[in-house]
Amino acid sequence: MRLRSLVAAAAVSALGISLAACGGSDSGDSSNGGSGGDQTLTYWASNQGTSLDNDKEVLTPVLQKFTQDTGIKVNLEVIGWNDLQTRIQTATTSGQGPDVLNIGNTWAASLQATGAFLPFDDEAMKAIGGKDKFVPTALATGGKEGEPPTSVPLYGLAYGLYYNKAMFAAAGLQPPKTWEEMVTDAQKLTNPAKKQWGMALAAGSYTENVHFAFINAAQNGADWFDKDGKPTFTGDGNVQGVLRYLDLMQKDKVANPSNAQYDNGTKSVNDFATKKVAMVINQNNADSSIVANGMKAGEYGVVPFPAPAGAAAPVGSHVAGINLSIFKNTKHKDAALKFVKYMTDATTQTTLGKPFSSLPVLKDAKPVFTSDAAEAATFQDVYNNKSKPLPLVPAEDQFESTVGKAMNSMFGKIATGGTVTADEVKAALKTAQDQVAAGS
Amino acid sequence: MSVATEQAPAEAAPGVRAARKRGPDHRPGLSRKLPYLLLAPAVLLELLIHIIPMLVGIWMSFVKLTKFFIANWSAAPWAGLNNYRVAVDVHNAVGEGLLKSFGVTVVFSAVTVVLAWCLGMAAAVALQPPFKGRSAVRTLFLVPYALPAYAGILTWNFMLQRDTGAVNHVLVDNLGILSDRPFWLLGGNALTSLITVALWKLWPFAFLTLMAGLQSIPQDIYEAASVDGAGTVRQWRNITLPSLRPVNLVLVLVLFLWTFSDFNTPYVLFGTAQPPAGDLITFHIYNASFLTWNFGSGAAMSVLLLIFLMIVTGAYLVVTGRRSRRA
Repeated sequence: MRLRSLVAAAAVSALGISLAACGGSDSGDSSNGGSGGDQTLTYWASNQGTSLDNDKEVLTPVLQKFTQDTGIKVNLEVIGWNDLQTRIQTATTSGQGPDVLNIGNTWAASLQATGAFLPFDDEAMKAIGGKDKFVPTALATGGKEGEPPTSVPLYGLAYGLYYNKAMFAAAGLQPPKTWEEMVTDAQKLTNPAKKQWGMALAAGSYTENVHFAFINAAQNGADWFDKDGKPTFTGDGNVQGVLRYLDLMQKDKVANPSNAQYDNGTKSVNDFATKKVAMVINQNNADSSIVANGMKAGEYGVVPFPAPAGAAAPVGSHVAGINLSIFKNTKHKDAALKFVKYMTDATTQTTLGKPFSSLPVLKDAKPVFTSDAAEAATFQDVYNNKSKPLPLVPAEDQFESTVGKAMNSMFGKIATGGTVTADEVKAALKTAQDQVAAGS
Repeated sequence: MSVATEQAPAEAAPGVRAARKRGPDHRPGLSRKLPYLLLAPAVLLELLIHIIPMLVGIWMSFVKLTKFFIANWSAAPWAGLNNYRVAVDVHNAVGEGLLKSFGVTVVFSAVTVVLAWCLGMAAAVALQPPFKGRSAVRTLFLVPYALPAYAGILTWNFMLQRDTGAVNHVLVDNLGILSDRPFWLLGGNALTSLITVALWKLWPFAFLTLMAGLQSIPQDIYEAASVDGAGTVRQWRNITLPSLRPVNLVLVLVLFLWTFSDFNTPYVLFGTAQPPAGDLITFHIYNASFLTWNFGSGAAMSVLLLIFLMIVTGAYLVVTGRRSRRA
């Protein structure tokens, strides 16, 4: 009897698809409503607020207004980040997905490759209000270059360097403008004996790690894929970029080795908000967590995440954020397009910008996520002018998981007393590259 | 259960014939079909839940099932043996990773099974003689087994954190055994932590099984041995161990199969920040399938694992069966 259960257990991974096919059907309400006036859309929203319930509270009145305006009901489900990608895979596989859903914009090109999503061609783009309403960098994240995107921007996010004003003033320091200044400042603000560190890193989070692998390499002018979509992970600019970021813990010693266990960005933000660290690099949606943890709005400032002096490009962030996609097999294409138009119109964007701490993805829109004008201007500047989209290739998600996990391991090695040399970084990136090649 | 039902009609056939003579309203057709009818739901569910998904999994291991095809996965192109070739080629990153995780799993499984058996045996023997509060201790020992795995392992995750965890708090702050706070979930200690947590979860099963086995041994054998002058150790070696042989055969096999295909423990204990030293094979296959969207390759690795486990199990059954016959 046990043997049989075991056999089944061993087969579970092999059967991921078939099992997933069962698991994903719970939201397959898209057939409800029929083609008459009384339509119901299913919408999967990603977790943007302080909790899943908070997201529901924020979105429900917004969705009700849509129903009032159009007569189209929206069946909402909020999904946490850790589950979102698997849920999307499942829905893609089974065809039992929602009508409209949120995706992390960095997955856009990978999801486009599945062919399961509705392309926003000229006609669809017109139906949602035209592509000219979007900030071009934001729209560029929608899918592969040269093809109609399969997602459009919804919430814009960008990285910035948050610093504690009081700690900087006490040490007589100015907020850093270059990487070197950032490291020097951080070293002056580090005192392990007093359990105070210059910076907090989410060094156990593969998604955060890969973002910094990308940004640091971009500052060196390096790319992760060539024009044909082939990985070029082992280039010198990439290796040096990764090493520079690892060195914050390894050589510069400005981050607590325990950060290697921080498997999500919340923990490093909490360290900053509770004044254990002087600086943290995070996206602008950290604001709500920082304030929720007791730090007042005037107590911190934000500057762009700095590049080294003489860097090839002043990249301070990838173009981060959330996009909206429509499942191609939706039975309510017109209603879904109306919904996308509604979610990306100026009024809705303003309504949601504050509770979700997002940057506007529309041209001429003003950020409303903070009352601090300088902070708003800094993030908007980074988003519009100092951001570069993550590679818009189908293998992007594999890049995220393999390089991100490789960095987790390297941080783990550093934290437990080992050293990571440039050659070892190169070897780790070579392994990641081989994994990507095997999967495409 | 189902096996017993299956055998019943053949053995009961003469009886059925006798019954037919006795009962005037007996319908012979139905009585012959009835066992199969009763079995049908179980067989159907077995097909649906185990057999068909397994066959689909095997089929998947022969196709190139990447993100380009998962939306229409029945149309995935044939890959032949390529997925298997990649999985066993230790000179590429995928094969090398699989081999490493296999090595980690062998060590993990062997150590955990041995320790779980020893602990279970020690506890079962210790709790054999009646004493006040025995049932309370027994219940206490079974708590890890009864606790939902997720809750238990997550608690371990909290306890093993470097800065905030209870383990370092006790070892470093309270007892002062260690001066430097070690990482328990990173680096070399990760495997030790993984084994500890798996052992905590697993040993009560060994304890429960062995305790039941011990209770089936007649007490008078021990009394006779004691009269003949055999001490506790000798009694254990010459009476307890041989009497428990059938129980042990099953127990060790089950423990091995469970540990070798353990997924929950590393998945919950390490989350997304898993260290190489805690990369168990089922977890590795999950990552290979879901993080790189390469389900064909993941399926091939699963089939390889299945074949390995079947060979080990088969060999084990043959060897132990032969010894049983000789004994």
